[in-house]
Amino acid sequence: MASFEEIAAESQQRWEELTAGGQPWIRIGTALCGKAAGCDDVIEAIEAALQQNGVAAQVSQVGCLGLCFAEPLVDVQLPGGPRVFYGSVTPETAAEIVANHVAGGAPLAHLALGYLAAGGSDGTVNSALDGIPDLNQHPMRVVENRVVLRNAGTIDPEDIHQYIANDGYHALNQALTEMSPEEVLEQVNTSGLRGRGGAAFSTGTKWRFLAGSNAPQKYILCNCEEGDPGAFNDKAILESDPQTLVEGIILAGYATGTSHAYIFIRHGHDGPIDRARAAIVQAQEMGFLGENILDSGFSFHLEVALTGDSYVAGEESAMMEAIEGKRAMPRFRPPFPAQVGLFGKPSNINNVKTLAYVPQIISRGGEWFAGIGHDQSTGTVILCLTGDLKYTGMIEVPLGINLKDVLYEAAGGVPDGKALKLVQTGGPLGGVLGAGNIDILLDFEILRSAGAILGSGGIIAANEDNCVVDLTRSLIAFCQYESCGKCFPCRMGMSHLLEVLERICRLEGVPEDLDLMRKVGQDMQAGSLCGHGQLGFNPVASALRYFGEEFDTHILDRRCPTEVCSVPRFSPVASRR
Amino acid sequence: MDGLKPRIADAMHRQSQPTVTVLSTLLAVQDELGFIPKEAVEEVAAFTGSTINDVWAVASFYPNFRFEPPCLHQVEVCWGASCHLVGAMPVIEAALQASGLETEGDTPDGRLTLRYNTCLGACSQAPVMAIDHHLIGRATPESAKSRIADLLAEQNG
Repeated sequence: MASFEEIAAESQQRWEELTAGGQPWIRIGTALCGKAAGCDDVIEAIEAALQQNGVAAQVSQVGCLGLCFAEPLVDVQLPGGPRVFYGSVTPETAAEIVANHVAGGAPLAHLALGYLAAGGSDGTVNSALDGIPDLNQHPMRVVENRVVLRNAGTIDPEDIHQYIANDGYHALNQALTEMSPEEVLEQVNTSGLRGRGGAAFSTGTKWRFLAGSNAPQKYILCNCEEGDPGAFNDKAILESDPQTLVEGIILAGYATGTSHAYIFIRHGHDGPIDRARAAIVQAQEMGFLGENILDSGFSFHLEVALTGDSYVAGEESAMMEAIEGKRAMPRFRPPFPAQVGLFGKPSNINNVKTLAYVPQIISRGGEWFAGIGHDQSTGTVILCLTGDLKYTGMIEVPLGINLKDVLYEAAGGVPDGKALKLVQTGGPLGGVLGAGNIDILLDFEILRSAGAILGSGGIIAANEDNCVVDLTRSLIAFCQYESCGKCFPCRMGMSHLLEVLERICRLEGVPEDLDLMRKVGQDMQAGSLCGHGQLGFNPVASALRYFGEEFDTHILDRRCPTEVCSVPRFSPVASRR
Repeated sequence: MDGLKPRIADAMHRQSQPTVTVLSTLLAVQDELGFIPKEAVEEVAAFTGSTINDVWAVASFYPNFRFEPPCLHQVEVCWGASCHLVGAMPVIEAALQASGLETEGDTPDGRLTLRYNTCLGACSQAPVMAIDHHLIGRATPESAKSRIADLLAEQNG
């Protein structure tokens, strides 16, 4: 097995060949956003055009750069030059780009979204192209501080060498050769990193629970069961830079004295699954996974476990049931997973994003990470911006950024001259905020006290044409459909809430309905084993808090102010019964 | 159905991941056949050392498992919140209308299965639908209708 220095030198050489060698490099976004926008047709058109023009080029399928609104996104880098990005590429414009830019050497300013400077091999920086703006000045990028997403959209996720050439696995090498497990754990503790899956629990503390167990068999479980509508950042990390997650998981294993881990993903999300599996195989081939990693004596094994369709499978104890091959239903606690977890062994569950921060925390130090963010919310947050926004996509920003700036600056506000009505944050168990309440810092505590949660980073905007009662009904319909059925307050409570909300949407609600929902919500919170039932009333509670009047208008005046509910509305869940 | 047995056995044994469970085995069989036939439940139980009851419990819990042979084409329409807010309901209604269905399910001619999906993962391209697992973003009632009409009109497809 080659030493880490030899591997790193080879990776560096390959990277220089790619960026400054003889051939142009064409990168195409192929994450779920790119796929949905039609990247497959664009790739086909590019391959055909290359052949037609008789030019050779390196074509790579990369992940998500974050500018999803502009997918299919193609970037062209001529040897030693800057990267030029073309947005909303069609097979026709793809052919034009290949003929003029790739073959002819002349970038097409009228089609280009922007350029990104790239360092030349001699250390010079190549930039400034006539008529093409600096992509880093784009509203979505100017606010960013990329830690986890530093390589997203830039490297080929299926080539481990590209990750290594961009400082990948240096943290693992450093940890295994220079640091004790306790020192790794201490850096994570110092960083103040908190779980990015929703609960925002201290990662260092959680790891210490597991490290404290002397059991011979323990597990690290990485949760990528990202079923929340409006959140796709976990999947995007696996699609864009899976090695950063794999490295983070290995570091978690080293810090906690654990030898086995799972990445847990929903069956059917083929892009993230395939890239995670390919990443594991490549890491094994390099000697970063398996027995005696980098000659350190530390051994670690990682595999992908799939679940069927189930939102509750993302709950930590239900997830362990699913990995064991059973129904994804939550367990009673105590005992907690750190004592009795997967297959009865001590286990630690972290979200994809949480673990993906770890390599940079080790490389740059816990203090560095703790210096980013706001108060007790350290580091960055990866936001998924969807709904009625000009720029939809994914950005990584320091915690403590103002939500108003995210919506109106980074996301470009609401299109078509419409006004913003509300934002829904934190997934279906999160809450809504009215347009008048968005002048607020994105911080775990501040958002929670406002009745919304940061959750896993989904931010869905709705314009003035949307009805809050209708949206709440849709969210509760999701929660009702996804209730696993184990705890009756959740199973029946969700159905009851949905029934009442459907009645209000039909303009047949009665004044007692609001108190009835509150009572059901209390019972769900008190009588459910997991967050699904405990937090399930959140969408209703926050909607009532900020939009009580709109509910009253539906009930007392029998009128929907936006007229959304004035016509019978199709409901997938109702039609299912 | 006898011809299915070797394919079931093959799918069960072909699993390459170290951890093999009832759920992983059911997923492997469905990937191979597109559904879980009755005899597969028995085979999975024997293969994993579980009871038929245990296997049914898991198979009936996850809505992605089906127990009848699949239709020729799979159409999925998303109704998650991101899609809902930007026009998923009219897309779903158009898809149902074009398929001649009242709700999710199979067309009587076996050409098309329509399923509601809670999130297809491409929320930035909402509303999203998928045809044979191929994602389609920014769907409209018109595009949904014409794509489904194309699937239904296909010859020998």
